[in-house]
Amino acid sequence: MTDRSIVDERLAEVLRDERGRLTAALVRILGDWDAAEELVQDAAVAALGHWPTDGIPENPGAWLMTTARRKGVDRLRRRARYRERMEQLTREATRMSAHVPTEGAMGADDRLRLLFTCCHPALNREAQIALTLRTIGGLETPAVARAFLVPEATIAQRLVRAKRKIRDAAIPYRVPEAAELPGRLQEVLRVLYLIFNEGYLASTGDASERRDLARDAEWLTSLVLRLMPDEAEVIGLLALMRLHLARFDARFGPDGSLVLMPDQDRSRWDRSAITDATQLLARAERMNRPGSFQLQAAIVAVHASSPSWATTNWSAIVELYDALQRLEPTPVVALNRALAVAERDGPAVALAAVEPLSDRLDGYHLFHAARAELLRRVGRPADARAADERALDLTANPAERRLLAARIAQAGSGRSEGPT
Amino acid sequence: MMLIAGSEEAWDRLGPEESQQMMERIGGWWGEHHAAGRIIEGHQLQSVATATTVRRDGDGQATVTDGPFMEGKEVVGGYGILDVADLDEAIAIASSWPAPDVLEIRPIVERD
Repeated sequence: MTDRSIVDERLAEVLRDERGRLTAALVRILGDWDAAEELVQDAAVAALGHWPTDGIPENPGAWLMTTARRKGVDRLRRRARYRERMEQLTREATRMSAHVPTEGAMGADDRLRLLFTCCHPALNREAQIALTLRTIGGLETPAVARAFLVPEATIAQRLVRAKRKIRDAAIPYRVPEAAELPGRLQEVLRVLYLIFNEGYLASTGDASERRDLARDAEWLTSLVLRLMPDEAEVIGLLALMRLHLARFDARFGPDGSLVLMPDQDRSRWDRSAITDATQLLARAERMNRPGSFQLQAAIVAVHASSPSWATTNWSAIVELYDALQRLEPTPVVALNRALAVAERDGPAVALAAVEPLSDRLDGYHLFHAARAELLRRVGRPADARAADERALDLTANPAERRLLAARIAQAGSGRSEGPT
Repeated sequence: MMLIAGSEEAWDRLGPEESQQMMERIGGWWGEHHAAGRIIEGHQLQSVATATTVRRDGDGQATVTDGPFMEGKEVVGGYGILDVADLDEAIAIASSWPAPDVLEIRPIVERD
Protein backbone atom coordinates (compact mmCIF):
# COMPACT_ATOMS: atom_id res chain seq x y z
CA MET A 1 0.00 0.00 0.00
CA THR A 2 1.19 3.46 -0.83
CA ASP A 3 -0.12 6.35 1.21
CA ARG A 4 -2.94 8.15 -0.54
CA SER A 5 -1.51 11.60 -0.02
CA ILE A 6 1.83 10.53 -1.50
CA VAL A 7 0.00 9.20 -4.56
CA ASP A 8 -1.98 12.44 -4.91
CA GLU A 9 1.12 14.54 -4.68
CA ARG A 10 3.16 12.43 -7.10
CA LEU A 11 0.28 12.30 -9.58
CA ALA A 12 -0.19 16.07 -9.48
CA GLU A 13 3.53 16.49 -10.09
CA VAL A 14 3.59 14.03 -12.98
CA LEU A 15 0.52 15.61 -14.56
CA ARG A 16 2.04 19.03 -14.30
CA ASP A 17 5.14 17.88 -16.14
CA GLU A 18 3.56 15.41 -18.52
CA ARG A 19 0.02 16.50 -19.30
CA GLY A 20 1.05 18.64 -22.24
CA ARG A 21 3.21 15.91 -23.71
CA LEU A 22 0.57 13.21 -23.22
CA THR A 23 -2.18 15.37 -24.69
CA ALA A 24 0.01 16.38 -27.60
CA ALA A 25 0.85 12.77 -28.47
CA LEU A 26 -2.81 11.76 -28.29
CA VAL A 27 -3.98 14.73 -30.37
CA ARG A 28 -1.51 13.76 -33.04
CA ILE A 29 -2.86 10.23 -33.12
CA LEU A 30 -6.57 10.92 -32.73
CA GLY A 31 -6.78 14.32 -34.37
CA ASP A 32 -9.31 15.15 -31.68
CA TRP A 33 -8.44 17.66 -29.03
CA ASP A 34 -11.27 17.01 -26.59
CA ALA A 35 -10.90 13.25 -26.77
CA ALA A 36 -7.17 13.56 -26.08
CA GLU A 37 -7.75 15.67 -22.97
CA GLU A 38 -10.43 13.33 -21.70
CA LEU A 39 -8.18 10.33 -22.16
CA VAL A 40 -5.43 11.94 -20.11
CA GLN A 41 -8.02 12.72 -17.46
CA ASP A 42 -9.30 9.13 -17.56
CA ALA A 43 -5.75 7.85 -17.20
CA ALA A 44 -5.24 10.10 -14.17
CA VAL A 45 -8.40 8.74 -12.57
CA ALA A 46 -7.18 5.21 -13.27
CA ALA A 47 -3.89 6.08 -11.58
CA LEU A 48 -5.75 7.15 -8.45
CA GLY A 49 -7.37 3.70 -8.45
CA HIS A 50 -4.26 1.65 -9.09
CA TRP A 51 -1.27 3.40 -7.59
CA PRO A 52 -2.35 3.23 -3.92
CA THR A 53 -2.54 -0.60 -4.10
CA ASP A 54 -0.01 -1.43 -6.83
CA GLY A 55 2.50 1.21 -5.88
CA ILE A 56 3.63 4.18 -7.92
CA PRO A 57 5.13 2.89 -11.19
CA GLU A 58 8.78 3.50 -11.90
CA ASN A 59 7.95 5.64 -14.93
CA PRO A 60 4.60 7.25 -14.09
CA GLY A 61 4.52 9.22 -17.37
CA ALA A 62 4.85 6.06 -19.43
CA TRP A 63 2.20 4.37 -17.28
CA LEU A 64 -0.23 7.22 -17.94
CA MET A 65 0.55 7.13 -21.66
CA THR A 66 -0.02 3.37 -21.91
CA THR A 67 -3.29 3.68 -20.01
CA ALA A 68 -4.52 6.65 -22.04
CA ARG A 69 -3.58 4.87 -25.26
CA ARG A 70 -5.46 1.72 -24.26
CA LYS A 71 -8.49 3.78 -23.39
CA GLY A 72 -8.14 5.55 -26.72
CA VAL A 73 -8.21 2.28 -28.60
CA ASP A 74 -11.31 1.24 -26.63
CA ARG A 75 -12.92 4.50 -27.51
CA LEU A 76 -12.15 4.14 -31.19
CA ARG A 77 -13.63 0.63 -31.12
CA ARG A 78 -16.77 1.84 -29.39
CA ARG A 79 -17.19 4.58 -31.89
CA ALA A 80 -16.76 2.30 -34.88
CA ARG A 81 -20.27 2.14 -36.24
CA TYR A 82 -19.70 1.81 -39.94
CA ARG A 83 -17.93 -0.88 -41.81
CA GLU A 84 -15.92 1.45 -43.98
CA ARG A 85 -14.65 3.29 -40.96
CA MET A 86 -13.56 0.09 -39.25
CA GLU A 87 -10.67 -0.34 -41.59
CA GLN A 88 -9.37 3.10 -40.89
CA LEU A 89 -9.84 2.67 -37.18
CA THR A 90 -7.95 -0.57 -37.16
CA ARG A 91 -5.15 1.16 -38.97
CA GLU A 92 -5.15 3.95 -36.42
CA ALA A 93 -5.28 1.51 -33.55
CA THR A 94 -2.32 -0.38 -34.94
CA ARG A 95 -0.44 2.83 -35.41
CA MET A 96 -1.21 3.75 -31.83
CA SER A 97 0.02 0.57 -30.29
CA ALA A 98 3.03 0.38 -32.57
CA HIS A 99 4.38 3.82 -32.24
CA VAL A 100 3.84 6.02 -29.27
CA PRO A 101 7.07 7.35 -27.89
CA THR A 102 6.85 8.56 -24.34
CA GLU A 103 10.14 10.36 -24.46
CA GLY A 104 12.55 11.80 -26.93
CA ALA A 105 12.29 13.95 -29.98
CA MET A 106 8.86 12.85 -31.16
CA GLY A 107 7.12 13.71 -27.90
CA ALA A 108 8.84 17.07 -27.91
CA ASP A 109 7.80 17.74 -31.50
CA ASP A 110 4.21 16.99 -30.62
CA ARG A 111 4.23 19.56 -27.88
CA LEU A 112 5.81 22.16 -30.10
CA ARG A 113 3.19 21.54 -32.80
CA LEU A 114 0.47 21.85 -30.22
CA LEU A 115 1.94 25.09 -28.92
CA PHE A 116 1.95 26.59 -32.40
CA THR A 117 -1.65 25.51 -32.84
CA CYS A 118 -2.62 27.04 -29.47
CA CYS A 119 -0.98 30.32 -30.48
CA HIS A 120 -2.25 30.38 -34.05
CA PRO A 121 -2.98 33.96 -35.16
CA ALA A 122 -6.47 32.91 -36.27
CA LEU A 123 -7.37 32.54 -32.57
CA ASN A 124 -7.92 35.59 -30.44
CA ARG A 125 -5.43 36.43 -27.72
CA GLU A 126 -7.60 35.26 -24.79
CA ALA A 127 -8.18 31.94 -26.50
CA GLN A 128 -4.47 31.53 -27.24
CA ILE A 129 -3.60 32.12 -23.59
CA ALA A 130 -6.29 29.86 -22.17
CA LEU A 131 -5.46 27.04 -24.59
CA THR A 132 -1.74 27.28 -23.94
CA LEU A 133 -2.16 27.18 -20.17
CA ARG A 134 -4.71 24.40 -20.27
CA THR A 135 -3.15 22.18 -22.89
CA ILE A 136 0.59 22.73 -22.70
CA GLY A 137 0.83 24.09 -19.17
CA GLY A 138 -1.45 21.41 -17.79
CA LEU A 139 -3.47 23.83 -15.65
CA GLU A 140 -7.01 22.79 -14.81
CA THR A 141 -9.75 25.10 -16.07
CA PRO A 142 -10.50 26.56 -12.58
CA ALA A 143 -6.81 27.44 -12.15
CA VAL A 144 -6.77 29.24 -15.51
CA ALA A 145 -9.92 31.10 -14.46
CA ARG A 146 -8.40 32.15 -11.12
CA ALA A 147 -5.23 33.32 -12.84
CA PHE A 148 -7.16 35.70 -15.05
CA LEU A 149 -9.82 36.62 -12.49
CA VAL A 150 -12.64 35.59 -14.78
CA PRO A 151 -15.44 33.14 -14.03
CA GLU A 152 -14.67 29.50 -14.69
CA ALA A 153 -17.59 29.29 -17.13
CA THR A 154 -16.03 32.05 -19.24
CA ILE A 155 -12.73 30.18 -19.53
CA ALA A 156 -14.54 26.91 -20.24
CA GLN A 157 -16.48 28.62 -23.00
CA ARG A 158 -13.35 30.22 -24.44
CA LEU A 159 -11.72 26.81 -24.57
CA VAL A 160 -14.73 25.20 -26.22
CA ARG A 161 -14.99 27.97 -28.80
CA ALA A 162 -11.28 27.90 -29.56
CA LYS A 163 -11.24 24.14 -30.00
CA ARG A 164 -14.28 24.36 -32.25
CA LYS A 165 -12.56 26.95 -34.40
CA ILE A 166 -9.42 24.81 -34.59
CA ARG A 167 -11.53 21.94 -35.85
CA ASP A 168 -13.98 23.80 -38.12
CA ALA A 169 -11.55 26.26 -39.66
CA ALA A 170 -8.96 23.47 -40.06
CA ILE A 171 -6.19 25.21 -38.15
CA PRO A 172 -3.29 22.85 -38.79
CA TYR A 173 -1.37 20.95 -36.19
CA ARG A 174 2.25 21.50 -37.12
CA VAL A 175 5.29 23.65 -36.65
CA PRO A 176 5.11 26.37 -39.31
CA GLU A 177 7.47 26.26 -42.25
CA ALA A 178 10.68 28.26 -42.24
CA ALA A 179 9.16 31.17 -44.16
CA GLU A 180 6.41 31.84 -41.63
CA LEU A 181 8.30 30.65 -38.56
CA PRO A 182 9.69 34.01 -37.35
CA GLY A 183 6.25 35.66 -37.24
CA ARG A 184 4.54 32.66 -35.72
CA LEU A 185 7.28 32.16 -33.13
CA GLN A 186 6.94 35.81 -32.18
CA GLU A 187 3.24 35.16 -31.60
CA VAL A 188 4.03 32.19 -29.31
CA LEU A 189 6.57 34.23 -27.35
CA ARG A 190 4.10 37.09 -26.94
CA VAL A 191 1.51 34.74 -25.50
CA LEU A 192 4.07 33.31 -23.08
CA TYR A 193 5.16 36.79 -22.00
CA LEU A 194 1.54 37.86 -21.44
CA ILE A 195 1.02 34.82 -19.23
CA PHE A 196 4.19 35.69 -17.37
CA ASN A 197 3.16 39.31 -16.86
CA GLU A 198 -0.26 38.29 -15.66
CA GLY A 199 1.50 36.37 -12.90
CA TYR A 200 4.27 38.87 -12.33
CA LEU A 201 2.60 42.25 -12.53
CA ALA A 202 -0.94 41.76 -11.30
CA SER A 203 -1.11 42.13 -7.57
CA THR A 204 -4.63 40.94 -6.99
CA GLY A 205 -5.45 37.38 -6.07
CA ASP A 206 -3.37 34.87 -4.21
CA ALA A 207 0.32 35.84 -4.32
CA SER A 208 1.67 32.30 -4.41
CA GLU A 209 -0.70 31.32 -7.20
CA ARG A 210 0.37 34.37 -9.19
CA ARG A 211 4.00 33.44 -8.76
CA ASP A 212 3.16 29.93 -9.95
CA LEU A 213 1.65 31.44 -13.08
CA ALA A 214 4.82 33.40 -13.77
CA ARG A 215 6.83 30.23 -13.15
CA ASP A 216 4.55 28.26 -15.48
CA ALA A 217 5.27 30.78 -18.23
CA GLU A 218 8.99 30.52 -17.48
CA TRP A 219 8.78 26.73 -17.63
CA LEU A 220 6.90 26.82 -20.94
CA THR A 221 9.51 29.17 -22.37
CA SER A 222 12.34 26.91 -21.23
CA LEU A 223 10.49 24.08 -22.94
CA VAL A 224 10.37 26.06 -26.19
CA LEU A 225 14.08 26.75 -25.83
CA ARG A 226 14.79 23.04 -25.41
CA LEU A 227 12.86 22.36 -28.58
CA MET A 228 14.25 25.30 -30.56
CA PRO A 229 17.73 25.86 -29.12
CA ASP A 230 18.91 28.19 -31.88
CA GLU A 231 16.35 30.97 -31.60
CA ALA A 232 17.91 34.07 -30.03
CA GLU A 233 14.59 35.63 -29.08
CA VAL A 234 13.50 32.54 -27.15
CA ILE A 235 16.67 32.83 -25.10
CA GLY A 236 16.04 36.56 -24.74
CA LEU A 237 12.54 35.98 -23.38
CA LEU A 238 13.70 33.29 -20.98
CA ALA A 239 16.49 35.55 -19.67
CA LEU A 240 13.97 38.40 -19.29
CA MET A 241 11.61 36.23 -17.25
CA ARG A 242 14.41 34.91 -15.05
CA LEU A 243 15.76 38.40 -14.41
CA HIS A 244 12.28 39.47 -13.29
CA LEU A 245 11.76 36.38 -11.14
CA ALA A 246 15.13 36.94 -9.43
CA ARG A 247 13.66 40.15 -8.01
CA PHE A 248 10.22 38.78 -7.20
CA ASP A 249 10.53 38.80 -3.39
CA ALA A 250 11.77 42.37 -3.21
CA ARG A 251 8.73 43.68 -5.07
CA PHE A 252 6.40 43.38 -2.10
CA GLY A 253 6.54 44.92 1.34
CA PRO A 254 5.72 42.98 4.51
CA ASP A 255 2.06 44.08 4.18
CA GLY A 256 1.86 42.85 0.58
CA SER A 257 2.05 46.35 -0.87
CA LEU A 258 3.95 47.04 -4.07
CA VAL A 259 7.54 48.28 -3.71
CA LEU A 260 8.86 50.09 -6.78
CA MET A 261 12.35 49.45 -8.04
CA PRO A 262 14.04 52.57 -6.62
CA ASP A 263 12.91 51.54 -3.13
CA GLN A 264 13.56 47.82 -3.38
CA ASP A 265 15.95 46.17 -0.94
CA ARG A 266 18.51 44.91 -3.43
CA SER A 267 20.00 42.48 -0.93
CA ARG A 268 16.82 40.49 -1.44
CA TRP A 269 17.50 40.04 -5.14
CA ASP A 270 18.68 36.56 -6.07
CA ARG A 271 22.24 37.26 -7.19
CA SER A 272 23.06 33.81 -8.52
CA ALA A 273 19.83 33.74 -10.55
CA ILE A 274 20.74 37.16 -11.97
CA THR A 275 24.21 35.94 -12.92
CA ASP A 276 22.78 32.84 -14.60
CA ALA A 277 20.20 34.86 -16.54
CA THR A 278 22.81 37.40 -17.63
CA GLN A 279 25.02 34.60 -18.94
CA LEU A 280 22.05 33.13 -20.75
CA LEU A 281 21.40 36.50 -22.36
CA ALA A 282 25.05 36.74 -23.43
CA ARG A 283 24.55 33.47 -25.32
CA ALA A 284 21.67 35.06 -27.26
CA GLU A 285 23.71 38.17 -27.98
CA ARG A 286 26.50 36.05 -29.49
CA MET A 287 23.98 34.81 -32.08
CA ASN A 288 23.89 38.32 -33.50
CA ARG A 289 20.17 38.39 -34.14
CA PRO A 290 18.89 41.20 -31.93
CA GLY A 291 15.24 41.28 -31.02
CA SER A 292 12.91 43.07 -28.66
CA PHE A 293 12.95 40.43 -25.91
CA GLN A 294 16.75 40.41 -25.86
CA LEU A 295 16.79 44.20 -25.60
CA GLN A 296 14.20 44.22 -22.80
CA ALA A 297 16.23 41.59 -20.97
CA ALA A 298 19.39 43.67 -21.46
CA ILE A 299 17.64 46.67 -19.88
CA VAL A 300 16.57 44.63 -16.85
CA ALA A 301 20.10 43.18 -16.67
CA VAL A 302 21.57 46.68 -16.34
CA HIS A 303 19.18 47.37 -13.44
CA ALA A 304 19.86 43.98 -11.89
CA SER A 305 23.63 44.50 -11.88
CA SER A 306 23.50 47.99 -10.35
CA PRO A 307 24.24 48.25 -6.64
CA SER A 308 21.64 51.01 -6.30
CA TRP A 309 19.07 53.06 -8.23
CA ALA A 310 21.31 56.14 -8.10
CA THR A 311 24.37 54.38 -9.52
CA THR A 312 22.44 52.81 -12.41
CA ASN A 313 24.10 53.23 -15.81
CA TRP A 314 21.34 55.38 -17.33
CA SER A 315 23.22 56.08 -20.54
CA ALA A 316 23.37 52.36 -21.26
CA ILE A 317 19.65 52.06 -20.52
CA VAL A 318 18.73 54.98 -22.78
CA GLU A 319 20.83 53.46 -25.59
CA LEU A 320 19.08 50.13 -25.20
CA TYR A 321 15.71 51.89 -25.35
CA ASP A 322 16.87 53.66 -28.52
CA ALA A 323 17.56 50.29 -30.09
CA LEU A 324 14.24 48.92 -28.83
CA GLN A 325 12.43 51.91 -30.26
CA ARG A 326 13.91 51.24 -33.68
CA LEU A 327 12.48 47.71 -33.56
CA GLU A 328 9.25 48.62 -31.83
CA PRO A 329 8.30 52.25 -32.38
CA THR A 330 5.42 52.24 -29.87
CA PRO A 331 4.41 55.06 -27.52
CA VAL A 332 4.88 52.80 -24.47
CA VAL A 333 8.52 52.19 -25.39
CA ALA A 334 8.92 55.96 -25.92
CA LEU A 335 7.45 56.57 -22.45
CA ASN A 336 9.82 54.14 -20.77
CA ARG A 337 12.73 55.64 -22.65
CA ALA A 338 11.72 59.10 -21.39
CA LEU A 339 11.77 57.81 -17.80
CA ALA A 340 15.37 56.68 -18.26
CA VAL A 341 16.15 60.07 -19.85
CA ALA A 342 14.75 61.74 -16.72
CA GLU A 343 17.45 60.01 -14.67
CA ARG A 344 20.22 60.82 -17.15
CA ASP A 345 19.31 64.34 -18.31
CA GLY A 346 16.83 65.55 -15.70
CA PRO A 347 13.03 65.76 -15.50
CA ALA A 348 12.54 68.78 -17.78
CA VAL A 349 14.10 67.03 -20.80
CA ALA A 350 12.03 63.91 -20.05
CA LEU A 351 8.82 65.90 -19.66
CA ALA A 352 9.34 67.43 -23.11
CA ALA A 353 9.64 63.91 -24.52
CA VAL A 354 6.56 62.68 -22.65
CA GLU A 355 4.08 65.46 -23.53
CA PRO A 356 3.77 64.60 -27.24
CA LEU A 357 2.68 61.06 -26.27
CA SER A 358 -0.47 62.28 -24.53
CA ASP A 359 -2.70 61.75 -27.59
CA ARG A 360 -1.87 58.11 -27.90
CA LEU A 361 -1.44 57.20 -24.23
CA ASP A 362 -4.32 59.12 -22.68
CA GLY A 363 -6.06 55.90 -21.61
CA TYR A 364 -2.93 54.37 -20.06
CA HIS A 365 -2.69 54.96 -16.31
CA LEU A 366 1.11 54.60 -16.15
CA PHE A 367 1.45 57.47 -18.63
CA HIS A 368 -0.35 59.81 -16.24
CA ALA A 369 1.48 58.44 -13.19
CA ALA A 370 4.85 58.93 -14.88
CA ARG A 371 3.89 62.39 -16.07
CA ALA A 372 2.77 63.29 -12.53
CA GLU A 373 6.13 62.31 -11.14
CA LEU A 374 7.99 64.41 -13.73
CA LEU A 375 5.69 67.41 -13.11
CA ARG A 376 6.38 67.14 -9.40
CA ARG A 377 10.10 67.06 -10.01
CA VAL A 378 10.01 70.20 -12.19
CA GLY A 379 8.00 71.98 -9.48
CA ARG A 380 4.42 71.91 -10.83
CA PRO A 381 2.60 70.23 -7.92
CA ALA A 382 -0.94 71.21 -8.98
CA ASP A 383 -0.52 69.71 -12.46
CA ALA A 384 1.13 66.67 -10.88
CA ARG A 385 -1.84 66.12 -8.63
CA ALA A 386 -4.28 66.33 -11.55
CA ALA A 387 -2.24 63.76 -13.47
CA ASP A 388 -2.14 61.42 -10.46
CA GLU A 389 -5.91 61.68 -10.14
CA ARG A 390 -6.31 60.83 -13.80
CA ALA A 391 -4.06 57.77 -13.28
CA LEU A 392 -6.13 56.70 -10.27
CA ASP A 393 -9.30 56.91 -12.36
CA LEU A 394 -7.79 54.60 -14.94
CA THR A 395 -6.52 51.67 -12.88
CA ALA A 396 -8.41 48.97 -11.02
CA ASN A 397 -5.31 47.27 -9.66
CA PRO A 398 -5.62 47.61 -5.84
CA ALA A 399 -1.89 47.84 -5.11
CA GLU A 400 -1.42 50.54 -7.72
CA ARG A 401 -4.49 52.36 -6.46
CA ARG A 402 -3.09 52.34 -2.93
CA LEU A 403 0.18 53.74 -4.18
CA LEU A 404 -1.47 56.53 -6.19
CA ALA A 405 -3.92 57.44 -3.45
CA ALA A 406 -1.03 57.76 -0.99
CA ARG A 407 0.82 59.99 -3.41
CA ILE A 408 -2.17 62.28 -3.90
CA ALA A 409 -2.65 62.45 -0.13
CA GLN A 410 0.98 63.40 0.41
CA ALA A 411 0.74 65.91 -2.45
CA GLY A 412 4.26 66.40 -3.54
CA SER A 413 6.45 64.17 -1.43
CA GLY A 414 5.68 60.99 -3.37
CA ARG A 415 7.99 58.53 -4.90
CA SER A 416 8.79 57.86 -8.54
CA GLU A 417 6.42 55.66 -10.48
CA GLY A 418 9.28 53.64 -11.90
CA PRO A 419 9.52 50.11 -13.14
CA THR A 420 8.55 47.53 -10.58
CA MET B 1 -14.47 30.36 -49.22
CA MET B 2 -12.44 33.54 -49.57
CA LEU B 3 -14.39 36.80 -49.60
CA ILE B 4 -12.53 39.72 -51.09
CA ALA B 5 -13.42 43.20 -49.93
CA GLY B 6 -11.80 46.52 -50.58
CA SER B 7 -12.30 50.21 -50.94
CA GLU B 8 -13.82 51.14 -54.30
CA GLU B 9 -12.70 54.71 -53.72
CA ALA B 10 -9.09 53.57 -53.60
CA TRP B 11 -9.62 51.77 -56.90
CA ASP B 12 -11.23 54.85 -58.43
CA ARG B 13 -8.24 56.94 -57.41
CA LEU B 14 -5.92 54.76 -59.49
CA GLY B 15 -5.11 56.08 -62.94
CA PRO B 16 -6.25 54.03 -65.94
CA GLU B 17 -2.77 52.64 -66.43
CA GLU B 18 -2.30 51.64 -62.79
CA SER B 19 -5.75 50.16 -62.72
CA GLN B 20 -4.95 48.12 -65.82
CA GLN B 21 -1.71 46.87 -64.25
CA MET B 22 -3.51 45.88 -61.08
CA MET B 23 -6.15 43.95 -63.02
CA GLU B 24 -3.42 42.16 -64.94
CA ARG B 25 -1.62 41.23 -61.73
CA ILE B 26 -4.84 39.89 -60.24
CA GLY B 27 -5.62 38.02 -63.45
CA GLY B 28 -2.20 36.39 -63.44
CA TRP B 29 -2.45 35.52 -59.77
CA TRP B 30 -5.89 34.01 -60.22
CA GLY B 31 -4.87 32.02 -63.30
CA GLU B 32 -1.90 30.56 -61.50
CA HIS B 33 -3.89 29.37 -58.45
CA HIS B 34 -6.74 28.15 -60.65
CA ALA B 35 -4.39 26.13 -62.84
CA ALA B 36 -2.81 24.59 -59.73
CA GLY B 37 -6.26 23.58 -58.48
CA ARG B 38 -6.09 25.74 -55.37
CA ILE B 39 -8.92 27.99 -56.54
CA ILE B 40 -11.89 26.02 -57.84
CA GLU B 41 -14.05 28.92 -58.88
CA GLY B 42 -14.78 32.52 -58.12
CA HIS B 43 -15.91 35.81 -59.58
CA GLN B 44 -15.36 39.49 -59.46
CA LEU B 45 -18.59 41.35 -58.70
CA GLN B 46 -19.86 44.50 -60.35
CA SER B 47 -19.41 47.75 -58.45
CA VAL B 48 -21.32 48.19 -55.19
CA ALA B 49 -23.41 50.81 -56.97
CA THR B 50 -25.24 47.90 -58.60
CA ALA B 51 -26.03 46.22 -55.25
CA THR B 52 -29.60 45.64 -54.12
CA THR B 53 -30.47 44.40 -50.65
CA VAL B 54 -33.51 42.27 -49.93
CA ARG B 55 -34.37 42.05 -46.26
CA ARG B 56 -36.83 39.33 -45.43
CA ASP B 57 -38.47 39.60 -42.01
CA GLY B 58 -40.08 36.88 -39.89
CA ASP B 59 -43.57 37.59 -41.23
CA GLY B 60 -42.58 36.78 -44.78
CA GLN B 61 -42.35 40.43 -45.79
CA ALA B 62 -39.50 41.34 -48.09
CA THR B 63 -38.14 44.86 -48.17
CA VAL B 64 -35.98 45.80 -51.10
CA THR B 65 -33.47 48.61 -50.76
CA ASP B 66 -30.73 50.09 -52.84
CA GLY B 67 -27.15 49.37 -51.78
CA PRO B 68 -25.18 46.70 -49.96
CA PHE B 69 -26.51 45.14 -46.72
CA MET B 70 -23.67 46.63 -44.77
CA GLU B 71 -22.52 50.16 -45.42
CA GLY B 72 -18.83 50.57 -44.96
CA LYS B 73 -15.64 51.82 -46.47
CA GLU B 74 -14.80 48.29 -47.53
CA VAL B 75 -17.27 46.49 -49.75
CA VAL B 76 -17.28 42.93 -51.01
CA GLY B 77 -15.93 42.90 -54.53
CA GLY B 78 -15.51 39.24 -55.27
CA TYR B 79 -15.05 35.74 -53.94
CA GLY B 80 -13.14 32.56 -54.59
CA ILE B 81 -13.75 28.96 -53.56
CA LEU B 82 -10.47 27.38 -52.45
CA ASP B 83 -9.50 23.76 -52.25
CA VAL B 84 -6.91 23.57 -49.49
CA ALA B 85 -5.92 21.17 -46.73
CA ASP B 86 -5.98 23.59 -43.83
CA LEU B 87 -6.25 27.19 -42.69
CA ASP B 88 -2.54 27.91 -43.11
CA GLU B 89 -2.75 27.10 -46.84
CA ALA B 90 -5.74 29.40 -47.19
CA ILE B 91 -3.94 32.16 -45.26
CA ALA B 92 -0.90 31.75 -47.51
CA ILE B 93 -3.05 32.17 -50.62
CA ALA B 94 -4.96 35.15 -49.20
CA SER B 95 -1.71 36.78 -48.06
CA SER B 96 -0.37 36.70 -51.60
CA TRP B 97 -3.45 38.48 -53.07
CA PRO B 98 -1.86 41.19 -55.19
CA ALA B 99 -4.08 44.18 -54.30
CA PRO B 100 -4.46 46.16 -51.04
CA ASP B 101 -7.77 44.57 -49.99
CA VAL B 102 -9.27 42.75 -47.01
CA LEU B 103 -9.89 39.04 -47.30
CA GLU B 104 -12.08 36.89 -45.09
CA ILE B 105 -11.58 33.14 -45.07
CA ARG B 106 -14.32 30.81 -43.91
CA PRO B 107 -14.89 27.11 -44.32
CA ILE B 108 -17.96 26.08 -46.29
CA VAL B 109 -20.46 23.82 -44.53
CA GLU B 110 -20.22 20.44 -46.19
CA ARG B 111 -23.24 18.18 -46.17
CA ASP B 112 -23.24 14.59 -47.29
